Amino acid sequence: MHTAAAAIEVTDLTVAYHDTPVLWDVDVRVPHGVLMAIVGPNGAGKTTLIKAILGLVRPAAGQTLIAGLPYAQQRQLVGYVPQRGSVDWDFPTSVLDVVMMGRYGRLGWFRRPGSRERELALAALETVQLQQYANRQISQLSGGQQQRVFLARALVQDAQVYFMDEPFAGVDAVTERAIIGVLQGLRAAGKTVVVVHHDLQTVPEYFDWVTLLNVRVIACGPVAEAFTDEHLRRAYGGRIAFLGGGPSAEVQDAGHAGAPR
Amino acid sequence: MDALRDVFGDYTLRSIALGAAALGVVSGILGCFAVLRRQALLGDAMSHAALPGVVLAFMLTGSRAPLVLVCGAALAGWLGALAVLAIVRLSRIKEDSAFGLVLSVFFAIGMLLLSMLQRSGVGGQAGLDKYLFGQAAALVTADVLTIVALGAVTLLLVALFWKEFRVLSFDPAYAASLGYPVRALDILLTSLIVMAIVIGLQLVGVVLMSAMLVAPAVAARQWTNRLGAMALLAGGFGALAGVIGAVISATGRGLATGPVIVVSISVLVLASLTFAPERGMLAGWLRQRGNRRRHATDDGAHP
Repeated sequence: MHTAAAAIEVTDLTVAYHDTPVLWDVDVRVPHGVLMAIVGPNGAGKTTLIKAILGLVRPAAGQTLIAGLPYAQQRQLVGYVPQRGSVDWDFPTSVLDVVMMGRYGRLGWFRRPGSRERELALAALETVQLQQYANRQISQLSGGQQQRVFLARALVQDAQVYFMDEPFAGVDAVTERAIIGVLQGLRAAGKTVVVVHHDLQTVPEYFDWVTLLNVRVIACGPVAEAFTDEHLRRAYGGRIAFLGGGPSAEVQDAGHAGAPR
Repeated sequence: MDALRDVFGDYTLRSIALGAAALGVVSGILGCFAVLRRQALLGDAMSHAALPGVVLAFMLTGSRAPLVLVCGAALAGWLGALAVLAIVRLSRIKEDSAFGLVLSVFFAIGMLLLSMLQRSGVGGQAGLDKYLFGQAAALVTADVLTIVALGAVTLLLVALFWKEFRVLSFDPAYAASLGYPVRALDILLTSLIVMAIVIGLQLVGVVLMSAMLVAPAVAARQWTNRLGAMALLAGGFGALAGVIGAVISATGRGLATGPVIVVSISVLVLASLTFAPERGMLAGWLRQRGNRRRHATDDGAHP
């Protein structure tokens, strides 16, 4: 699928909830084979951007192309990892069953998952180091394990472009390392991975591409070019303190706004 | 033993038991989805909303054919569900209040129509008030056939869309990202729940019907962590309660069937909540006591 077209091309995207614009005239172009972070303050529209690309929220205007074609025609190329908190983890189902849901799109209507889907799901669980949990009830997992189950479910989709909504939220350092290892493996295999991310400090280390978002796109490009003090200040509206002046930065509480600058 | 032989020897009782079992299976299985999707209240609102549909269907057609009344009930139940959605979307009223509003308004209209019918002295209306609390003894072969046929269609559709309903119930946003028409699947599943409700109205009645959706699913959930097993168990519990209730009511002194069925299923729920391994209260209590013991001995070992 490596055509001349970008992996993701969003043009003039505008989304509004009840007359309040959440995304305004967003243009984002993501080339193939990059690992991209979407960063921005709360309410910047990061999740909404992913959902609009996936057709889960209806945009007021704009269009999205995946590898040069509208999303509806390219669904098979796209994998999705929603926020962990978006589902009921007491749902009566096993880890393996959840991971096999990643194959439902390819199976199509009425066909049940079989031994092939089982094998793929077990392989994906091994990639995220959860193979021994395959038959667990999902409520018996820790937060980090739940996150990795969602990751495995997206992996079995065997997609070209992945969208992940805060995969590092509420996971410990070891799990975060394991997850970033999987994401970098995807990039090494030529896939494009887009991640809603909160920890500005790890952006230069984990990602090679970044979009700074605050309703509008502040910057979008390689980390070295886009992840600058100037852009961060514009994205976070001054509520930010920079440590050492470099691109390593930390979001401060609104209460501390403007104190040590 | 004699009573048992009576029950299964008697043709009428046998057909009533069959109808009750079919209803129990269908409402138990569909109820699992209603409970897992947190739509228990929707079931209650739709069953109460079905009453004016039943009465209007009779007033308009003059027929008491089960299929006619079922269609009226289904239409009104659907209208109730749509009314809830419209209220939530168009106003700032929250879902639970919308359910409460729709449930009581539709039910009141139904009762109003029913009493108008009674005052006008239309001959055939005598049977309609059994839709309030259900009356198994009044069930005739045509009713049982309607229940079994509609129930079979409903279950066939659940089996066909099993995988789709599973992902829809667990993670609708993800289902949408896979390309499933989530809105259409949602409508289909809700329609099947409406179906489960309307086929039970004659037996259980509009007032208590939602218990037949919720209670078997809640009981079944205590015993298993798998959706398939939960659905089968809920179907079994529903059938058991349905048969017990219908037979007691039909052989007893004209007891309203709905309450008897609901009391039976409540016993199953109570037993499940208490005795189920892992999730049961008894198991939880024993676990807690075991932990406390272990802590106590640990403290003894390391003073």
